[in-house]
Amino acid sequence: MDETPYLLDGANWAWSSPGTIPHLLLAHLGYTGLSVLVGFLIAFPVGLLIGHTGKGSFLAINAGNAGRSLPTLGLLSLLVVYLSSQGFLPVLIALVVLVIPPILTSTYAGLRSVDPDAVDAARGMGMSSAQVLFRVELPMALPVVFGGVRAAVLQVVATATVAAYVGLSGLGRLLVDGLALNDYGRMVAGAVVVAVLAVVLDLLLGLVQRYSVSPGITGRGLARARGPRSVAESGAKPERELVS
Amino acid sequence: MNDIWTYLSQNRSTVLDALQQHVLLAVLPLLIGVVVALPVGYLGVRFGWLYHPILNVSGLIYSIPSLAVFVALPYVLGTQILSPVNIVVALALYTVALMARTVADGLRSVDPTLTEAATAMGYRRTRRLVEVELPLAAPVILAGVRVAAVSNISLVSVGALLGVGGLGALFTRGFQLFYTAPIIVGIVLSIALAAVADLLIVLFQRAVTPWTRAVKGA
Repeated sequence: MDETPYLLDGANWAWSSPGTIPHLLLAHLGYTGLSVLVGFLIAFPVGLLIGHTGKGSFLAINAGNAGRSLPTLGLLSLLVVYLSSQGFLPVLIALVVLVIPPILTSTYAGLRSVDPDAVDAARGMGMSSAQVLFRVELPMALPVVFGGVRAAVLQVVATATVAAYVGLSGLGRLLVDGLALNDYGRMVAGAVVVAVLAVVLDLLLGLVQRYSVSPGITGRGLARARGPRSVAESGAKPERELVS
Repeated sequence: MNDIWTYLSQNRSTVLDALQQHVLLAVLPLLIGVVVALPVGYLGVRFGWLYHPILNVSGLIYSIPSLAVFVALPYVLGTQILSPVNIVVALALYTVALMARTVADGLRSVDPTLTEAATAMGYRRTRRLVEVELPLAAPVILAGVRVAAVSNISLVSVGALLGVGGLGALFTRGFQLFYTAPIIVGIVLSIALAAVADLLIVLFQRAVTPWTRAVKGA
């Protein structure tokens, strides 16, 4: 590459012209945020219900495996052709389908991992079913639930690049346009920005998780007094989903 | 439905080629990744201070999107951007990242009284590892292999965005022709492939860990 590297060229960062890196980044974050939000609103309540009642666990357990094997690019292509629409809707559906399994599975697994003695104690103290769920089970399940949300966010950030494939914006533009124009520098720029974004988001979510989970559960601050670290903390990141 | 049969009968060799390439692009990195991950995971157990660095590095590799890795690898390896080698290396990298942790956790899950018993019976370190610890860790390790296999199969199709074959090529072709048949064929074959791979690993696990069933039956 003889010319200025794409990433270091100020013209590619100028906010005033459309299609520059900041615009693509913002669009990318928009797709990601909206998809995760919609997916969460669907998967989280279902996960709570299944985890709390124990009914339908088959669905929760197999959602994870099914979601992993479904190729997003194929689903997106199918939606675009089937709906005859190049707009945001097919991309949103494809990404939401990606978000649901990790959140559903982790919410279910989190609730199931709560010590049954604690639940029995809460019931014995006269808590209602809803109180048991929101005051006992959910706080204790939070690290595992968070693990699922982090996995979902990472997957969507990575996969939102396919939006460019069907003509939308987002960081995938750099990859798709770079490939079309035979401009390898532009593709590398896209790859680097997406990778950095994914790593930064993961770190940020890790921080949010650290400070939103009760210290009584993570064992933070109590670790030394009690000896070995609590199971909840070491299990905070269960099995991470592979980013696509 | 008719569309799909027509498409299949007219394009049988294209579909079979794509399937064959998909299998190769998913299985090769899985094998390489597992072979590399075994010693890496073992090091994480043998030298305890390595465990957390290994965990952190694999987490980091994991959070890098596959498309980004596919694009960046030619720069690092000096390969062509369309070369399937990029896909194989990238997926092998992910497999190592996933499996190193699983191998370490699997070996750690082995009951210490059993390894002590083996030592007392005169097993040296290597023999104990191969004949006692690895078999006992097999259920955990193979659970990780299942995840890696299914993820790999799904990830290969992303390579189609860069023009590397596999079933993903059916998606891009259907998209360009605005024709659902190849897309549906690609999705169904991809999911079926993942299910078959998963089943094969489960059967393998049952064959190599007969004692897990004996305990359940008792």
